[in-house]
Amino acid sequence: MNFRTDSRQFKRINRRELLKLSPVLALGAFAVPRLQKPLLKTGLAFSDWASARLFRSGHLARTFDDSELTPFARFPINGYDVDDPGVDFDNWTLTVSGAVQKPGDYTLAQIQTLPKFRQNTRHVCIEGWDVIGRFGGARLADFLQMIGADPTARFITVQCADDYYESLDMATARHPQSLLCYEMYDQPLTREHGAPLRLNIPTKIGYKQAKYLTDLKVSHVLEKAGYWEDQGYSEFYGL
Amino acid sequence: MSTQIAAITNVKTGAIDEAVYEHPFIVRLCHWVNAVALLVLVFSGLQIFRAFPSFGAKIPQKDLLHWPKAYALGGWLGGGLQWHLTFMWIYIGTGLLYLTYEIFSRNYKQVLFMPRDIRGVWPMVHHYFFFGPKPYVREAYNPLQKLAYTSAIVLGILSVLTGLAIWKPVQFSWLVWLMGGFHWARLWHFAVMWAILAFLFGHLVMVVLHGWNNFVSMLTGWKKDPEYL
Repeated sequence: MNFRTDSRQFKRINRRELLKLSPVLALGAFAVPRLQKPLLKTGLAFSDWASARLFRSGHLARTFDDSELTPFARFPINGYDVDDPGVDFDNWTLTVSGAVQKPGDYTLAQIQTLPKFRQNTRHVCIEGWDVIGRFGGARLADFLQMIGADPTARFITVQCADDYYESLDMATARHPQSLLCYEMYDQPLTREHGAPLRLNIPTKIGYKQAKYLTDLKVSHVLEKAGYWEDQGYSEFYGL
Repeated sequence: MSTQIAAITNVKTGAIDEAVYEHPFIVRLCHWVNAVALLVLVFSGLQIFRAFPSFGAKIPQKDLLHWPKAYALGGWLGGGLQWHLTFMWIYIGTGLLYLTYEIFSRNYKQVLFMPRDIRGVWPMVHHYFFFGPKPYVREAYNPLQKLAYTSAIVLGILSVLTGLAIWKPVQFSWLVWLMGGFHWARLWHFAVMWAILAFLFGHLVMVVLHGWNNFVSMLTGWKKDPEYL
């Protein structure tokens, strides 16, 4: 396809073609301090929305042979887990509230009456490292049944002895590998790993798997996403 | 797709120039949006890397390199992730738009490195790096260019796939498996980034060497006085 034109006209054509690219400048909004934060928040929220769509209730996280386990001594603990959250183990209970038929205090013995599941799964930290650990405990789904959780409720929030707090979407909470974990490597949880009760959610990133649980609330709306979420991490962060 | 060629009469001198419409609008749009997204992803990715600059165990941790904070985007791990998880959608979006356009417009013929291009690679390398004679050029892209751009497209696809494997190792467990495990997926993602940066370096050198008309063609689509007409 050939055509003839003159240099003045050609300049005009070029200018028009260049102007068509002006939408690229919209990316400059990310450089505006006032807009940057809300834009990135929207981007993260979109990622979370996509993450929730990608989550499949029936899809199991890979499990590993005992020979593939990271030795217990090399299972990392966070710096702030070294500080004793001061849990009174003799009088410890998990306080259940929210959209449940049977709210109240649940002892470890009550939770341990539920069928125990053990799994060797990958624990992925947001920093980028991962370990294969052995976890044991009751299915969160079974516990939700025990407390008579409202089937239409959408979130679980947990409170921890060390002021940490976290949340889970209900689909993940009901996943068969989501555990109320009281054992690691076939031994009762040690203090550093969240004794007496922690979450083990192989379909979630590490920071969602809270330790030293003290309270569990079932709710229809998300009141508190989590400690790290409030600093700017993803709310959903499913793996 | 037939290429548009314009014969331009200079209004002052009456001389006639020729120009070719080399880069359709969608290609130019994707090129520039992707260029911005790529830089954001590289520097926010390096921020994320700083949180655990290793590809081995956490205990004991052997760091590969300490990337300076000044050359990382986002301020901290959470900030780096916000940039990364936002711009990855822009990167994927332009990538998909570009690939779709290339296929349906048949513009891919200009870019895609084909077996028949193999013969022409060495003469171009010989010309660029060993001062050999300049091979006769008949198309917008010479065989070496096609090889470079096709590689860049493949690297772009690999950067997305390796990234998905790290982001969603449970949902995309098959990708993790293909890459040889989670540690390897991280390493591949990192390696692909450096490969893209290597391409980018060569690309920028070539842009400088090939002058203004060539650069303008990625802005307006039109390349004046192309050597192959």
